[in-house]
Amino acid sequence: MKAFGRLYQRLDSTTSINLKVEALVQYFEETPPRDAAWGLNLLLGKRQRRMVTSRMLRDAFLRSFPDFPEWLLEESYGHVGDTGETVSLLLASRGICPNESQHSVSLSSWMEDRISKLSGKEDQQRAEKIFEWWSRLSVDECYLLNKLLTGGLRVGVSQKLVVRALSKWSGISEAELTHRLMGEFEPSEENFQRLLSEGGGKKVPSQPYPFFLASPLEENDWKSLDFNHLQLEYKWDGIRAQLIFREGEVFLWSRGEDLITNQFPEIVEAASNLPQGTVLDGELLCWNEDQPLPFSFLQKRLGRKKVSSKLLESHPCILLAYDCLEANGEDLREHSLKERREILEKLIQDCDEPRLKISSCLSADSKESLEILRNSSRDFGAEGLMLKKKESPYLSGRKRGHWWKYKVDPLTLDAVLIYAQAGSGRRANLFTDYTFALWKDSELVTFAKAYSGLDQKEIEELDRWIRQNTRERFGPVRSVEPFHVFEIAFEGISESNRHKSGIAVRFPRILRWRKDKVVSEADTLMNARKLLEAA
Amino acid sequence: MTQKPLLSLDSSGLGCESGRFHVDPWRPVDQAVITHGHADHARSGSKAYFCAEGSGDILRQRLSGDFQLTEVPYRKKFKLGKTWVSFHPAGHVLGSAQVRVEGLQSVWVVSGDYKRNADPTCEGFEEVPCDVFISEATFAMPVYHWKEGIEVVKDLQRWWSAEPNHPSILFCYAFGKAQRVLAELSKLTDRTVYLHGAIETLMPAYRNRNVSFVPNQTVSSVERGHAFAGDLILAPPSAHRSAWMKRFKNPQTAFASGWMQIRGARRRRGYERGFVLSDHADWSGLVRSILASQAKTVYLTHGQTEVLSRFLMEEHGLDVKPLKTHFGDEQIEEQFAESVS
Repeated sequence: MKAFGRLYQRLDSTTSINLKVEALVQYFEETPPRDAAWGLNLLLGKRQRRMVTSRMLRDAFLRSFPDFPEWLLEESYGHVGDTGETVSLLLASRGICPNESQHSVSLSSWMEDRISKLSGKEDQQRAEKIFEWWSRLSVDECYLLNKLLTGGLRVGVSQKLVVRALSKWSGISEAELTHRLMGEFEPSEENFQRLLSEGGGKKVPSQPYPFFLASPLEENDWKSLDFNHLQLEYKWDGIRAQLIFREGEVFLWSRGEDLITNQFPEIVEAASNLPQGTVLDGELLCWNEDQPLPFSFLQKRLGRKKVSSKLLESHPCILLAYDCLEANGEDLREHSLKERREILEKLIQDCDEPRLKISSCLSADSKESLEILRNSSRDFGAEGLMLKKKESPYLSGRKRGHWWKYKVDPLTLDAVLIYAQAGSGRRANLFTDYTFALWKDSELVTFAKAYSGLDQKEIEELDRWIRQNTRERFGPVRSVEPFHVFEIAFEGISESNRHKSGIAVRFPRILRWRKDKVVSEADTLMNARKLLEAA
Repeated sequence: MTQKPLLSLDSSGLGCESGRFHVDPWRPVDQAVITHGHADHARSGSKAYFCAEGSGDILRQRLSGDFQLTEVPYRKKFKLGKTWVSFHPAGHVLGSAQVRVEGLQSVWVVSGDYKRNADPTCEGFEEVPCDVFISEATFAMPVYHWKEGIEVVKDLQRWWSAEPNHPSILFCYAFGKAQRVLAELSKLTDRTVYLHGAIETLMPAYRNRNVSFVPNQTVSSVERGHAFAGDLILAPPSAHRSAWMKRFKNPQTAFASGWMQIRGARRRRGYERGFVLSDHADWSGLVRSILASQAKTVYLTHGQTEVLSRFLMEEHGLDVKPLKTHFGDEQIEEQFAESVS
């Protein structure tokens, strides 16, 4: 773990991309494949198993230091915003960590032989084991260990940088490596070596292609748009997904590379009517007749181990396909969108499955007609338009000049800040999680939480104000004087019982701090309801 | 009949009625007793100032307008109104003091800002027994735990010498922290360190007190062609991302502050490295000092007062109250340091 610890420190203490790549290359060079496989897994932030919950980690600390008041640990956690870090700082203050680590156990051995063996242990046994580790590791390594235990390690490098370093070291192109790394990566010596072997080994049926992403349409993109060579579609407000049917098995991947097959059994059923060796790119949506339902419906379907038949009936989903990446087992990504579209249309038609639909093409021949389409897209349950060059290949990641997204302007309301809570990570011990309210008669009712939209200076200014104008505390949450008005932007609005107002909005963020407005000028719930009815 | 406390808050700050003075007032008063020269504690406009020996040069430099200034050696009692007042080392910065006030009924100590770690630029904190102790609480969370300054500065020197090709810029408060780093560095190297103008303005006060430093000179006094490759430069945080930075090609940057203990705090400030170096007491320093004061009543000002109060009440049975002051706003000091450079 020492080597990985050093790498972590090096990545953590520079913002220079070159230095980060250099550190990564050196790590891959010097690390045996079995450890490098684990290192890569952690660097990519691939799903980590959580062997210990944050609560268990805190419990292990309290059992190790029975004189330490539990409330003080909770307060410390509230201040730092991260359990692993809080505990390692408290360990440092207790002086139990040696200056130099006394462990020379490799990362793979930590992961395979030690950390994974913790599950199933009794609380006391687990705490004793963890304490034994703490007392032999340096403070920095304790932090790392805590993050590995809780499965929450995030390293300050993007996948792109890791791939760049891996490519630099191995000589395999970045595009090829990106593809090989898609899907699941079980960290083992064998898999690591296969990843870097000549042919990349045999691909497993579940392996998805890297997603190709559109860029926001900007003012100077207009010049390069040729309406004769553009394919126009709605931009749907669902979940981007890749549907794979290979060797008799269906796999459904989300954009975040989560395997979500089990959450959409009706899609799986429908997809098995496709020919073998088919990969489609499309949008998962809750659907009613010929219209998508709001995103809040789709949310109900997420994060479940099993979907009940009742939910399947009340929240039916479809895949609205817009691209075909593989047909008859052949990789089509080098073909033009025009050709892929023809294949896609035929596939969907032949399959004749109501839960596999195709995203229709729209037509516009000028900027004006495009604007009209965009402005009416909300009426069709969409959040704007997609513009794709008919000649475009299916690339990976965000490459400019082929696909654009042209979203509708967000909806906005002026709302009053009434609660605040400290954030975590970069925003630890700063009040950055805000709750906003609207007027309902003479009462302020909450309708949205927002975390982003202010710059650092404004965040700090507001943080100071919140500290000075706290009315009450409810655990980590503070209620503040209703004083500041913010313009809140959001993408959609729907009924909900999560907030007092009875409405919920999608992707709320702060557009502007309306210092020019006083509290009484904030919007009313009535105004919000009007938006809801119009939607 | 309850007695009026010796010190209490009024609109000008922490006042002593029977002594007819205020400690670190935030509005002009007739007599101001000053704990130290940071801008949130030493404000202009009062008629007469009293400070500990060592603080005089700083105050004369920083306070504006007409005023009288009396410098008193540490531990020497002087009479103000019906009270006896004396200064005792606080270990915070050059000339920083705790203020001991002896009334007819009780002895109070106002800590000002203080720390317990060694600092070659000022006298170490002195434990002063009292009935009522008013303590700062800037870093009153158990996650704050400081290593000795020399250890941190050794880390700093390693960071600096590992980069021979580009400038290394360390951001730190211009008054106190910068000089502490320069003094600790003098034990480790004799290479010249370069200073931002805001730091240089404080240097004469230290030289007058014979504090020894690593060789240093201002950035502006260096000839134009000098690239600062492999050099260490000290600057106040306000210089970060300012036009002043243009002079340095691809520098590595770091910030020296107690706040750097928390990763999130470092990341959001955008520094590559954080060195945990504070001129305030850490958690154990606060608890130790408060217990050593033997005070039965403790007031806590600026910082994480609630957590420390609860800890002292529940674990040590002390009577602890919060005191809402205008201290602890480091921005005031930063803006001030910037404005005089």
